[in-house]
Amino acid sequence: MTTLLEVRGLRKYFPIRKGLLRRVVGQVRAVDGVSFTIRKGETLALVGESGCGKTTVSRCILRALAPSAGAINFSIGGRTVDLAALKRRQLRPLRRHMQMVFQDPYSSLNPRMVVGDIIGEPLLINGMTDRAERRKRVAELMELVQLPAAYLNRFPHAFSGGQRQRIGIARALALNPELIVADEPVSALDVSVQAQILNLMLDLQDRLQLTYLFVAHDLSVVKHVSDRVAVMYVGRIVELAETEALYNRPLHPYTEALLSAAPTPVPGVASNRIVLEREIADPANPPPGCAFHPRCRHAQDRCRQQTPELEEVEPGRWVSCLRARELSLQGIADPA
Amino acid sequence: MFGFITGRRAPQLSKAERFAVATQLQLTWWRFRRHKLAMISGVVVLLFYGLAIAADFLATTDPHATDARTSYIAPQPIHFFDEDGAFRPYVNGLKGVRDPKTFKLIYTIDPNRRTYLQFFAPGYRYSFLGIETDIHLIGLKNPQRGDGIYILGTDLLGRDLWSRLMVATRVSLTIGLIGVSISLFLGVLLGGVSAIYGGVVDTVIQRVIEVVRSMPTIPLWLGLAAALPNSWSVMQIYFAITIIISLLAWTDLARVVRGKFLSLREEDFVMAAELAGASQGRIIFRHMLPSFASHIIAAVSLALPAMIISETSLSFLGLGLRPPAISWGILLQDAQSIQTLALAPWLLASAVPVILVILAFNFLGDGLRDAADPYG
Repeated sequence: MTTLLEVRGLRKYFPIRKGLLRRVVGQVRAVDGVSFTIRKGETLALVGESGCGKTTVSRCILRALAPSAGAINFSIGGRTVDLAALKRRQLRPLRRHMQMVFQDPYSSLNPRMVVGDIIGEPLLINGMTDRAERRKRVAELMELVQLPAAYLNRFPHAFSGGQRQRIGIARALALNPELIVADEPVSALDVSVQAQILNLMLDLQDRLQLTYLFVAHDLSVVKHVSDRVAVMYVGRIVELAETEALYNRPLHPYTEALLSAAPTPVPGVASNRIVLEREIADPANPPPGCAFHPRCRHAQDRCRQQTPELEEVEPGRWVSCLRARELSLQGIADPA
Repeated sequence: MFGFITGRRAPQLSKAERFAVATQLQLTWWRFRRHKLAMISGVVVLLFYGLAIAADFLATTDPHATDARTSYIAPQPIHFFDEDGAFRPYVNGLKGVRDPKTFKLIYTIDPNRRTYLQFFAPGYRYSFLGIETDIHLIGLKNPQRGDGIYILGTDLLGRDLWSRLMVATRVSLTIGLIGVSISLFLGVLLGGVSAIYGGVVDTVIQRVIEVVRSMPTIPLWLGLAAALPNSWSVMQIYFAITIIISLLAWTDLARVVRGKFLSLREEDFVMAAELAGASQGRIIFRHMLPSFASHIIAAVSLALPAMIISETSLSFLGLGLRPPAISWGILLQDAQSIQTLALAPWLLASAVPVILVILAFNFLGDGLRDAADPYG
């Protein structure tokens, strides 16, 4: 499989300003050196606690935010462009190749536009000015996400959360993008609706050869949809592996703790949940050494001094832990 | 979030369908319609503006015409029916009485004399929307010398208060409108620039707003009004006062606009448009402005009464418009002294429309704001 997107050393710092003159007194290192690749046609999940920088990574890739450093190499039509180096104006023609599905199905649709206009807007902006042609394509897209085309003239307020999310997906698909960045696309929905939307996304991926970057905090959702998983902690990737391997045998203590927190579907079976002590590290003032050491039950002295790098310990398995090779950690066995 | 929508039961399918394709404007209107007080206030405001347009038509006597003999005549009630019960409106005529001390001829109401009234009667000449005419809603039938119609009485100089009140309503209400337009323009422009450019521009504009808002208004108005040259015409003073008032009033609107811009910029649908490749102009005019137009309308309807009150207070204090201009403030100026009030309490009638309009605007603004933003 070919590489669609390669992120290398991505950093995004937000300045902390204080006082009348708004002087910069510090930096929040929301993303601090993140590297990964996404292959064409796969789903890469980006998971982590809230505040770990997963949303910032996704917004940097889409260039809704300008990265502070790093490269975002995107392959379109046989050539590779570094999105991080482009200016706003240069980005506009490239935007059609990657689209986003938002977390909040309420705020992501303009309440003052009818559904037909919402889905048709990307088409209009990108040169499909013929009204009839646009209408036809919108009807096609609505059918694709299993919404009756008769709802074309309705306003978002008339739809349920799940239906709204379908509208958001149809809008993202309008321009036939290669990459879809889905920022927690189901976490605002009812559990009963979540499965429908996830199945729709998987179905669309099959039919349209889509590539997903799937941002989530819910590991049970991720397990269902993703080919590979990247776990983030305080602005860095701590582990990246194939989904099966990561779930069965995590190599990073943080991944282990996250997995142990996932609820077990079998009633009565006690989960031996690892409760993380203390707060998540402050990205404006991260601890020395490994950022996870204050909460890690396997931490040693060297973890407090030496910062681990993300390295490939086995083919396709990347871990950022000094003790990755010594520890034997608990995964969750496949319930099936 | 949309509790008021989902909680609403649609009795039949067609209504649900109607609701589904309802625009935000329609939804706002449906919510506004349920606010009875605001609806009534809306009607009152509309009536007042209708009255302002037709001011000269509704006036009965030239509001500038002075007559020493008709000074301080008490309100003259209109009788609509005569003894037989026939609809023949009339007013009682005036009687000249020689003051035994000063030998001055003073006109008072004579209940024994009648002057009949006529609709669409000729009176003083005025121009209505560019048409020169002398037709007034009511006037005297065959007026004789000394006859007059003084619905609300007269002031010291013998000018008819009713007619003056009509013209004053026009002046005071339009000053509000023009003033709000100017401050709306300044507010949207500076608030928008402040939010979109951010950084130093934002800081400078926000600090200017704080400085402007921290100035005590009365001394500032006093200074500015004193700076207006005496030689200016009534019209020039009128516009100068409007500008002075709106120069202070734009700050509120600028803050509302800036806040709305900043919060909308974080909305996902704005980011979706940007990610689809929309231009900055399209994002601002297609997505952001329509989203807070209703808030601006509500803010304007709350800013208008403040403007009207400003003009009225300024003129009352003698700092705003000056005679021969006629405005609510100037009419109230006549009612300043206790002596006048004891002699001619009807002069206080000019306060009634001020109170009515301000209250109506406030209720209307409240209703509009609730209808436009049921969550905030």
